[in-house]
Amino acid sequence: MNQAIHTIPLDWYILLSSILFCIGVMGVLFRRNAIIIFMSVELMLNAVNLLLVAFSAYHNDAAGQVFVFFTMAVAAAEIAVGLAILVVVYRNTKSTDIDVLNRLKG
Amino acid sequence: MMQYAALIPFFPLVGFILIGLLNKKLPKSAAAIFACGMLLISFGLSLYVFMNISRQAQELQLAPWINVGSFSASFNFLLDPLSSIFLMIITGVGFLIHIYSIGYMHDDDKHNIFFAYLNLFVFFMLILVLGSSYLLMFVGWEGVGLSSYLLIGFWFKNNSYNNAAKKAFIMNRIGDLGFLLGIILLFITFGSSDYLTIFPKAQGFMGGDPMITTITLLLFVGAMGKSAQIPLYTWLPDAMAGPTPVSALIHAATMVTAGIYMVARSGILYALAPVSMYVVALVGVVTAVFAATIALTQNDIKKVLAYSTVSQLGYMFLGLGVGAFSSSVFHVMTHAFFKALLFLGAGSVIHGLAGEQDIRNMGGLRKKLPVTFITFLLATLAISGIPPFSGFFSKDEILAHAFASNKLFWALGVIGSMMTAFYMFRLLFLTFYGTYRGNGKVHAHESPKVMTIPLVILAILSTIGGLVGIPASLGGTSQISKFLDPVFKPAEAKMMLSEGSSSISEIGLMSITVVLVIASISLAWYFYISRKRVPSPEGTKLPVLTNLSYHKYYVDEIYNALITKPLDKISEFFKDIVDNKLIDGIVNASGKVTEWLSGLMRFVQTGNVDFYLLAMVIGIACIIFFKLM
Amino acid sequence: MTLYLFIILGVFAILSALMVVLTKNPVHSILYLVLTFFAIAGEYVLLNAQFLAIVNIIVYAGAIMVLFLFVVMLLNLNKETEPHKSVMRKLIAVVAAGLLLVVLVGSLKGADNMAIKPFSQNTGLIENLGKVLFNDFLLPFELSAVLFLAAMVGAVMLGKKDIK
Repeated sequence: MNQAIHTIPLDWYILLSSILFCIGVMGVLFRRNAIIIFMSVELMLNAVNLLLVAFSAYHNDAAGQVFVFFTMAVAAAEIAVGLAILVVVYRNTKSTDIDVLNRLKG
Repeated sequence: MMQYAALIPFFPLVGFILIGLLNKKLPKSAAAIFACGMLLISFGLSLYVFMNISRQAQELQLAPWINVGSFSASFNFLLDPLSSIFLMIITGVGFLIHIYSIGYMHDDDKHNIFFAYLNLFVFFMLILVLGSSYLLMFVGWEGVGLSSYLLIGFWFKNNSYNNAAKKAFIMNRIGDLGFLLGIILLFITFGSSDYLTIFPKAQGFMGGDPMITTITLLLFVGAMGKSAQIPLYTWLPDAMAGPTPVSALIHAATMVTAGIYMVARSGILYALAPVSMYVVALVGVVTAVFAATIALTQNDIKKVLAYSTVSQLGYMFLGLGVGAFSSSVFHVMTHAFFKALLFLGAGSVIHGLAGEQDIRNMGGLRKKLPVTFITFLLATLAISGIPPFSGFFSKDEILAHAFASNKLFWALGVIGSMMTAFYMFRLLFLTFYGTYRGNGKVHAHESPKVMTIPLVILAILSTIGGLVGIPASLGGTSQISKFLDPVFKPAEAKMMLSEGSSSISEIGLMSITVVLVIASISLAWYFYISRKRVPSPEGTKLPVLTNLSYHKYYVDEIYNALITKPLDKISEFFKDIVDNKLIDGIVNASGKVTEWLSGLMRFVQTGNVDFYLLAMVIGIACIIFFKLM
Repeated sequence: MTLYLFIILGVFAILSALMVVLTKNPVHSILYLVLTFFAIAGEYVLLNAQFLAIVNIIVYAGAIMVLFLFVVMLLNLNKETEPHKSVMRKLIAVVAAGLLLVVLVGSLKGADNMAIKPFSQNTGLIENLGKVLFNDFLLPFELSAVLFLAAMVGAVMLGKKDIK
């Protein structure tokens, strides 16, 4: 088991994580439905989690995984509140299209 | 015990603060008694200082004041014979005038504030004479200017009074510029403005040193403004707009003598600059004669006395200019007595006639205002220089010293004395003798005791005050010269005065003067009592010379045309073009530019959420990219 | 062997993520996201972080995605109601994301040169994690409880219907 983990160079994890992150970014910019945007944000968070765990395993530091805990906790809380806001917005504007929310126009 | 002398100025200051703060709540009598009480305490302390003053100047160190780099000044007082005489004059005459004001300002609603301002003035004047450095004297100098402004414009609802107050203050400021430049040069030359540092150092300078000459001339410019000499004298007649006790205290007895004090204090510096001494004497004697010619034809009681003050100040400067320092200080003292008395007497007349000030509408008041008449007569005798009244001794000492140094100045001084006697007796005769020429509605009455008692005390002082200065030629010991000797000895040594002319010549000079003065008085008697001449009413055509003198030689109009109007034009130019167009333009333009820029930036705020998201992503990419670089 | 596993799981994750973004039907997006989570959980196991793998599935796939499904059902979204974007926008989005990818990879490239510490079998096991969490990171742990409280209160307040 000792070397098993280390056969995969860290670079590859970095690459994988970055690709997932950028797919998430693309999703945020790509879609107009607010719920899909939220999910893309979740994808981004997960990509980061993956990277953190990889580093933690490679450097034998448990702090990385503990950090992932907290990230997950924060993500959960954020989803709860975000979806509540979305529901309120839907009630008021009958749509989840973010282009409808342009009242801050200067 | 002498340390308590440092408290002398602070009693009037306490009076000012308390009366000023509690203004409306204090009953009139309480405010008056408190103010007079403060002055009385100061007078008592001054008396103590006067009795125990030592020949050596004593410095009281009170507090450090400014200490910046190599520049330091402390808040110190200097007690020596010169300052102790001035202390006595200021607190003594000031106290009497405070008592007088209780009666004069009795019916005024701003009564309490008046006493507060009077106390403030006394405080600043005391700082002026007690300060042991030019800088502290300058503080007092400016302070008395301020109090003078407040008091001249006391009845501020009248716009012309306000203008008079402003005129006084502004003209003083012109003089103060010279004073300030002088102080700066003193700092550059001596490194400090303390008397006790400068005067010993000055002993080492050569006579005629150009720097010292410049300094003394600049200091004299300040004295010209404060003590109303040509060309900065026109504010003093206008200052008669203030209440009469103010005219008596400030513009006769104390503030205007600040210039004399300053020049006397700087005696050694002037002794080192013969050119400045000559200028001082010249300005003094010209002013004396010039103002006297104007006083000959004036018809307002207070204006006659105002021009008389200007003239007498000229005499004092003449005395300083010819090296008679202690004689000038002696004349300051006697002048304070009789001029304050004259003003207070005039105030008594004005009060008795319910506001009438034109002597053409007076006459025959001898019987109705007896005490006022007698005291006024005694003061007039004193100012004319009749022996044995006080004015005789002081003025003749000055004239004797003038004779010793410049015969022309002596001659002009004697002419001035003749004119002084003439116009003062003209004033006396037209006011008190003859028949009453005013409208019959006013019932003239004598003033209450609170006003007449100070008149009596000042009359006694005017009569016997000269006895401290009887010169040697008449068998006296001239105590005042001896008293002031330690202050002026270094200066007199530098000047190498020719020893005074022999006694016989001095008696001869005195006799000439007295004879000429009596001749003037007889002339006045002839015109105004025998021939019962009355000055023409307003608007009649006057002969050329009389017209010139009556209109004060049109000096005010000349100043107006030469100085005020061009300055006004320049101010208007700056207001319209520089301020309105240029500076406002720049400010408005910066506003417009900001508006324009923000108009451009407005388009960033589309309100579109994914535009913002896109911007965020690109921004992050850029940041990371630049961190890599 | 591990290498192959890694590659398979990696490709699986990327494909699922792409489908999340590209599908028109929201419900399909959610299901694809669940698949992505499973793939990532597999990756975790490869890294000897078993506890986190399980937690990932329970919390993310189990709770959060179910919540998303609830909301989608509540709002009754389906393929027809999906708003469309212009082609230009999509192009810009792809370009921006690609840019970010390049920059990220470029910046993190040198991380591999750090010294690899000796491997310990215990890292990632629940016992060890528990020790670290409750010894070194106690305060953040407690604070996250407060965070949850705030989020709960916020969500409830926002979700309430106005009583007319």
